[in-house]
Amino acid sequence: MTKITLTGQLVQYLFTGVTVGSIYAMVAVGFNIIYNVTDIINFAQGEFVMLGGLIMVFFTVTAKLPLPLAFVLTIAAVTGVGALMERFTIHPLKNASVLTMIIVTIAVSILFKGIAMFIWGKDPYIFPPFSGSKPLFIYGAAIQTQTLWVLFMTAVMVVLMTIFFKKTRYGKAMLACADNPEAARLVGIKVNTMVLISFALSAAIGAVAGAVMTPISLMEYDRGALLALKGFGAAVLGGLGSFYGAVVAGVLLGIIESMCAGLVSSGYKDAVALILLLLVLYVRPSGLFGNVEASKIKEF
Amino acid sequence: MPAKPTKLTQLAKLCVFSNVDMRSSNRKALFGLTLFLILFPLVAMNVSAIGHYVDIMIFVGIYCLINMGLSLLMGYAGQISLGHAAFFGLGAYTSGILCTKFSMSPWLAMIAGVGLTALVAYIVGVPSLKLKGHYLAMATLGFGVIVQIFFNEEVSLTGGPSGFSDIPGLSILGFSLDNDLSYYVLVWSLVLLTLIFSLNIIHSRIGRALRSLHDSQVAADAMGVETSRYKVMIFVLSAVYASIAGSLYTHYVGFLSPSSFDLFLSIKLVMMVVVGGMHNIWGALLGTWLLTFLGNEWLHVFHGFDILVYGAILLAVVMFLPDGLVHLVPRMSRVWKRG
Amino acid sequence: MHSESSPVFLQVENLRKSFGGVRALSGLSFKVPAGIIKAIIGPNGAGKTTLFNVITGIFPPNGGAIALNGKSIEGRKAREIARLGVSRTFQNVEVFGRMTVLENVMVGRHIQSRAGIISTGLRLLGMRREERQIRESAMHHLAFVGLENRTTELAANLPLGEQKLLEVARALATDPKILLLDEPAGGLNTRETEGLAVLIHRILEQGITVVLVEHDMNLVMDISDEIMVMNFGEKIAEGKPKQIKNDPLVIEAYLGEEVDYSDL
Repeated sequence: MTKITLTGQLVQYLFTGVTVGSIYAMVAVGFNIIYNVTDIINFAQGEFVMLGGLIMVFFTVTAKLPLPLAFVLTIAAVTGVGALMERFTIHPLKNASVLTMIIVTIAVSILFKGIAMFIWGKDPYIFPPFSGSKPLFIYGAAIQTQTLWVLFMTAVMVVLMTIFFKKTRYGKAMLACADNPEAARLVGIKVNTMVLISFALSAAIGAVAGAVMTPISLMEYDRGALLALKGFGAAVLGGLGSFYGAVVAGVLLGIIESMCAGLVSSGYKDAVALILLLLVLYVRPSGLFGNVEASKIKEF
Repeated sequence: MPAKPTKLTQLAKLCVFSNVDMRSSNRKALFGLTLFLILFPLVAMNVSAIGHYVDIMIFVGIYCLINMGLSLLMGYAGQISLGHAAFFGLGAYTSGILCTKFSMSPWLAMIAGVGLTALVAYIVGVPSLKLKGHYLAMATLGFGVIVQIFFNEEVSLTGGPSGFSDIPGLSILGFSLDNDLSYYVLVWSLVLLTLIFSLNIIHSRIGRALRSLHDSQVAADAMGVETSRYKVMIFVLSAVYASIAGSLYTHYVGFLSPSSFDLFLSIKLVMMVVVGGMHNIWGALLGTWLLTFLGNEWLHVFHGFDILVYGAILLAVVMFLPDGLVHLVPRMSRVWKRG
Repeated sequence: MHSESSPVFLQVENLRKSFGGVRALSGLSFKVPAGIIKAIIGPNGAGKTTLFNVITGIFPPNGGAIALNGKSIEGRKAREIARLGVSRTFQNVEVFGRMTVLENVMVGRHIQSRAGIISTGLRLLGMRREERQIRESAMHHLAFVGLENRTTELAANLPLGEQKLLEVARALATDPKILLLDEPAGGLNTRETEGLAVLIHRILEQGITVVLVEHDMNLVMDISDEIMVMNFGEKIAEGKPKQIKNDPLVIEAYLGEEVDYSDL
C-alpha cells in the first residue's frame, strides 16, 4: 500500500479543488452569459448541469451509444431545453418585475427537478469515465483521468467562449446587448434572439459540466440547487458579468472548499462556498475583479 | 343556528374585534374564517373519510403562521426570502433541544427560540436587506442552506441527519394538549391572534411606510421613512412568526430531523404565498391551505411527480395569474351574487 | 396654523457634484432667505434637479456645503434631512401609486408620529389616538390643496394635475420649514397653473419658505420674490424678477429655448 504523504494529500486536495472549481467556474460562466444579456439571474442554471449528467447517463448506459456521439447529443438536448425555457417562460414575460423573474426561474428549476425525479427517480447515477478508471500518480497523489478531462473541457470552454465573444458576429452582438440594449436594438441587433442564444449557450455549458463531472461525483435529480448556489457564489466573487473573473473565482472557490474539507471538516465543506458568497455580497459585491461603479447590486 | 353559539360568537366578536381595525371587509373575512374554523372539525370528525383532515389543518395552521410573516415581507415590504425554513428550523430545534436536553418548560423554550431566531434574523437581515432583488434572494437562499448544514453537522447538539425524538408535548395549566382537536384549537387560536396583529400592522403607519417603500423608495426616503430599519423590522418579525411555528411543529410531531427544514421547504413557503396572492395577507392563508392539502392529500395520486406538479402550478400562476388566486375570490362572489 | 419659528434660511456654498466624468454642479453658491418664494430657472440640463437631489440627500455632493438655518446638512441621508424640515415634490411624479390618496398623505405624517411595532400590533390606545390624529391631519392637508373629495382613489388613477397636488399635500404633511417644488407646473394647463400660483402663495402664508424649479416663465415671473438662473451647473444670474428679465446673460442662455417673454 502506498503511504500517503502530506505532499500527496495536499496535491490531492489541490486537484480535487481545481476540478470541482472548474465545474463551479462553468456554472458561473453560464450565469454571467445570461446576466450580461438580460440582467436575469437564472436560478435553473444548476438544473442544466444536472440534466447534462443524467441525459449523458441515458445515452451511454441505456442507449449504449459511443461516448463522443452521446456527448454531442447530450449537449444538443440540454441546449434545446434551455432554448425552450427561454421561449416559453422568459420571452413572454419581457416586462415583468425582478421578483416575478426570480420566481419564474425558480419555478422552472423545480419543474426540471420534478421531471428528472419522474424519469430517473431519486437514485444517483454514474457512467464510466471517458478514458478508463486507472488513476495517474502525480507527486504522490492518485489522480483520476476524468479529472483531467474536466480541466481540459473547462480550458476548451474558455477558449471557445473567448473566440465567440471577441471574434464572431453573434458574440460581439451579445456583448453590445449587455452594454446598452437600446443602442443595440437601434443598430439592428435582434435583442430577442440574443436572449435566446444566451440561454441556449448557458445550457450547453451546463451540460458539458454535468457530462464531465458525473463519472467522478455521480449525479442525481436534486444536485442542481447547491451547484447553482456555489456557481453563483463564484460568479459574484469574480465580479458578476466578468467572464475571466468567473473562471478564476470558480477555481479559487473549489480549492478553498477542498482544502477546508480535507484539512478542517468535511461536513461543512458546502457551507464554505456559501459563507464566502454571503461575505462577498455583504462586503464587496463587485467581487474581486468587478467594477465598483458598475455593480448595481446594492441600493444607495 | 341554535341560540348558544350565536351569543358566543357575538361575545367573541366583541372581545376580539374591538382591537381590530374597523375595515369592514377584514372584519367580515375574520368572522367568516373563525366560523369556518369552528365548523371544520365538527364536520371532519364526524365523517370518517376525512377525519384526518384535522391533522392536516394543524399543519396548515403552522405553515400559515410562517406565511403571514412572509406575506408581510414579500407582499407589503417588497422583499424576498428563500431561506425561511431556517427560522422555522431554529425555532423547532431550540424548543426541541431545550426541552429534551435541559428539561425546560416548552413555553419558556418557545420564548427562548423566538429570542434566538430574532437575533439571528437581525444579524443576517441588516446586511442582507441592503441587497436588491436577485442578490437578496441568493443571500437568503445561502443562509437557509448554511443553517440546514449546521443542523446536519452538529450531531452532539441536534442529533445530526437522523434527528432526535421524544420531544414532550405541550400543556396549558395542567391540561395536556395531546389530541388533534386540542392542538388544532391551540394552533389556530395563535394563527388568528397573529392575523389580527398583522392586520393591525398593515393598517397603520408602519404598514403604510412598508407599502410606500415598495411603491417609490425615493419618495419614501424623502418623506423621512427609515427604509432600512423597517425592512429589517419586518424581516425579524417574519422570522419570529416562523420560530413560533417551528416550536408548535416540534411539540406536535415529537421528532426533528434536518431534512424537514431544507431549501425545498423554503421554496414551497414562497410558493404558497405567491400562489395565494402575495399582496394580500388573506392570499397567504388561501395559498397555504390549498398547497398543503394538495401536497398532503390530493397529490397522492401524483406520487412520484409531486415536485413536477408544484413546479407547474407555480409557473402557471406566476405567468398567468401574477396577483395570485385570492384575486379570483371577489370576482367569484360578484358572479355568484348576480346569478 | 404654523407656530412662530425662527427664520430658516438655506445657504448653499460652492456645491459640486459629478456623475462619472460629467459635472452636474460646478461650485454653486446661493442663499434663500426665510419666508420668500425663490425660483430656480435655466435650460434643460442646467443641473436644477440635481441641485434638488443633492440638497434633499438623494445624492451626496462631491464638495461644498449646504446649511439649513445654520445647521450643515450636506451629505446627510434623505430621511434625516426630511426630519430637519426639508420637504419636496418630484419632477417625475412619485406618488405611491398603489395606495389611496389619503394614505399617500398619511405617509407624509410619518415623521410626525411615533407608534412602534408592539403598540401598533396590539392596537393600544396611544396608537389609536395617533392614527386618528394622522388621519385628521392628512384630511386637513388634502383640503388645503383641494383634494378632499378624492380620498379613496388610488393615487395611480389620478390625472397628472391631481397627482401633482397630491405630492404637495403629502410634502406639506411633514410640517416642513422649507418646501422644494420640482417643476410643479409641468404638464398643467393654464387654469391648473393659476391654481398652483394661488396655492404656492397660501403655502407661503403658512410660514413655509418655497423654492421651485420651473420652466413656466409666466408662473415664475408672477409669483417669485427672487430668481436664480443656472446653466451648465453654475449660477449665471440672481436677483429680483425685473432684473433677471433684462439680464443679457440670461437671454443668451435661453437662445434656442422656446421661451415666450411677450406676456410679461
